[in-house]
Amino acid sequence: MRLMPPIVSAKAIHKHFGPLHVLKGVDLDVAERELVFVIGPSGSGKSTLLRCLNRLEAPSSGSIVVDGIDMLSSKTDINHARQRIGMVFQSFNLYPHMTALGNVTLALRKVVGKSRAEAEVLGRAALERVGLADRAGHRPAELSGGQQQRVAIARAIALEPRVMLFDEPTSALDPELVGSVLAVMRGLRESGMTMIVVSHEMGFARAAADRVVFMDDGLIVEQGPPAQIFESPTHGRTRAFIGQIQRH
Amino acid sequence: MEEIVQSFFNREIAEAALPIVLAGLLNTILLSLLVVPLGLLGGLLLAVFAQSRNPLVRWPLMAWVDFFRAFPPLVLLVLLFAGLPFAGVELGGFACVAIAFFLNTGAYYGEILRAGIESIPRGQVEAARSTGLSGLQSMTYIVLPQAVRNVLPDLLSNTLEVVKLTSLGSVVAVPELLYQARQAQSVTFNATPIVMAAVIYFLILWPVVRLLSRLENRALAGRT
Amino acid sequence: MTSWDRFTDAFFNARVMEKYLPDILAGMVLTIELAAAVIASGLLAGLVLALLRALGIRPLNWLIVFVVDLFRSLPPLVVIVLIYFGLPSAGFSPSAFVSTWMSLALVLMAFAEEIFWAGIVSTPKGQWEAARSTGLGFGQTLLHVILPQALRLTIAPLTNRTIAITKGTALGTVVALHEILGMASSAMSNSYNPSPLMMGAAAYLVLFLPVVVAARWVETRFSWKR
Repeated sequence: MRLMPPIVSAKAIHKHFGPLHVLKGVDLDVAERELVFVIGPSGSGKSTLLRCLNRLEAPSSGSIVVDGIDMLSSKTDINHARQRIGMVFQSFNLYPHMTALGNVTLALRKVVGKSRAEAEVLGRAALERVGLADRAGHRPAELSGGQQQRVAIARAIALEPRVMLFDEPTSALDPELVGSVLAVMRGLRESGMTMIVVSHEMGFARAAADRVVFMDDGLIVEQGPPAQIFESPTHGRTRAFIGQIQRH
Repeated sequence: MEEIVQSFFNREIAEAALPIVLAGLLNTILLSLLVVPLGLLGGLLLAVFAQSRNPLVRWPLMAWVDFFRAFPPLVLLVLLFAGLPFAGVELGGFACVAIAFFLNTGAYYGEILRAGIESIPRGQVEAARSTGLSGLQSMTYIVLPQAVRNVLPDLLSNTLEVVKLTSLGSVVAVPELLYQARQAQSVTFNATPIVMAAVIYFLILWPVVRLLSRLENRALAGRT
Repeated sequence: MTSWDRFTDAFFNARVMEKYLPDILAGMVLTIELAAAVIASGLLAGLVLALLRALGIRPLNWLIVFVVDLFRSLPPLVVIVLIYFGLPSAGFSPSAFVSTWMSLALVLMAFAEEIFWAGIVSTPKGQWEAARSTGLGFGQTLLHVILPQALRLTIAPLTNRTIAITKGTALGTVVALHEILGMASSAMSNSYNPSPLMMGAAAYLVLFLPVVVAARWVETRFSWKR
């Protein structure tokens, strides 16, 4: 697997917010069909790293290539490139004034240039994949948190991205709703989607991740298969963090 | 260019008109100091009585507020100034302005304060009453202080409008800023005094507008 | 004649009212035309300024903020007087209608820009990010995602402000515009009777009271809370 050329390749990423040095030279390669789990204490820079990958944040320096596209080049059509990188947010960020189907089809129509009819066929298929075909006409306010997050996933996968980024997708959910979202993510994983997930769902990481990356203080401290990181972390900071998480 | 400077920013005329215009400014300030507290008082009374559970009290108050929100203040002013004398009541321009603004701005302040009072959860009054405070005391010590804080930007915004509205006094010969400027203009046949009045209004009210902008945009979120 | 008769003879004189009713109606038509022109141009200009401001071009934004602040600070009557009595010295003599329209439209533009802008910035940052992450461009995000939400938030404050500024059409009377108040005042001085003024007052209520009542409904329906 490691021999394949990486689909995501980030090199020497630095990010400053004013005086804050949030990323201090991060390298991350992700192979096709790989599920990489990023963990670390809050403020470690893991969300910022994720947001740099689709350039929601512009890195201060470094290089990012996704699916052969140089994300940081000014010649790149960033809107076109972002279509290939789906993103799911902690706070769902569904458009409150549109139905579930409207949320899913907006980019299909406006970015990809599909007709409304074509977009709706694809949109319904995406909602079907997250198990919400029957909620197509509902507004976000009429859906539970878990359903909203699944619509948000449908919004991203409808564009047939090559990579999916998940930024703490279950942190804002009531515990009983987490399972439905993780089930959808597991389904995506089985269909061969390349995924980078920032999350504290360690059970999911153990079961589904190919690799766990531990970040602290703007750097990748240690990475490896889940069993290795969770059972026998080599680094003290990793051990402390894992211990803390598992006590909960 | 020279001509524009001559007719809008004429130095000689500005110097000659300055005392006249400043006298107007003084009256504008005095008028505002009279009208704002009057309007606030009227608004407070309206807002407190609008809390009544008796529809016979509430509905007329609502109608009163809507009536004066629909009525242009200038029409009210002309009605008092030019209409009332036919009924044998002759009020000076100053009194007319005071009454008209009391009615007009009172309605607006009332609406704002009512929204403020209604934004305070019922539990606040219940807690106050449970400690033995009377209805009036809970209103005075518990509800109003919170209500006023909640609607402070709206109160300030309305006060700005009231100060601007005092310029209507010029129509009924109250020698406030605009009236004085127009007097000076009609004597000199030059627009400079009016420009001076505009600059003075702007200099005095700009800081208020800036502050309001800040308050209104406090929820400003960072954007990409 | 009892005093009540004298009162009605002065303020509700049927003969005078009948004579000047056409004048008052003509004034109403002009007021409606003026109001429509002010509302359409003022709101449109305000929206355009808010959208330009969203582009985030520094010097342009300073200019927009200055113009907005200027017309929020100046009393509308001062603007009218300045345009009507001042501009002729610069070789441009706008009619009373144009002066009043321009002044009120500029004032409404300023307030509307401020309200539209507040609506745009109060839309959560996540909405921008979600839309951009699916590849929507800046303009598309603004048009399809941000504006629909912002406009909903702005409806209530915008309605109230629009009513308050549109009532300013009465100020046109100061520059001899023949709208309701102007018609009523001249009828009053011609007939030595205040009945036309009472008709004028009634005409304003007929025009604005339904709008104020409707605004109350709008306010409860589209409040700032979501």
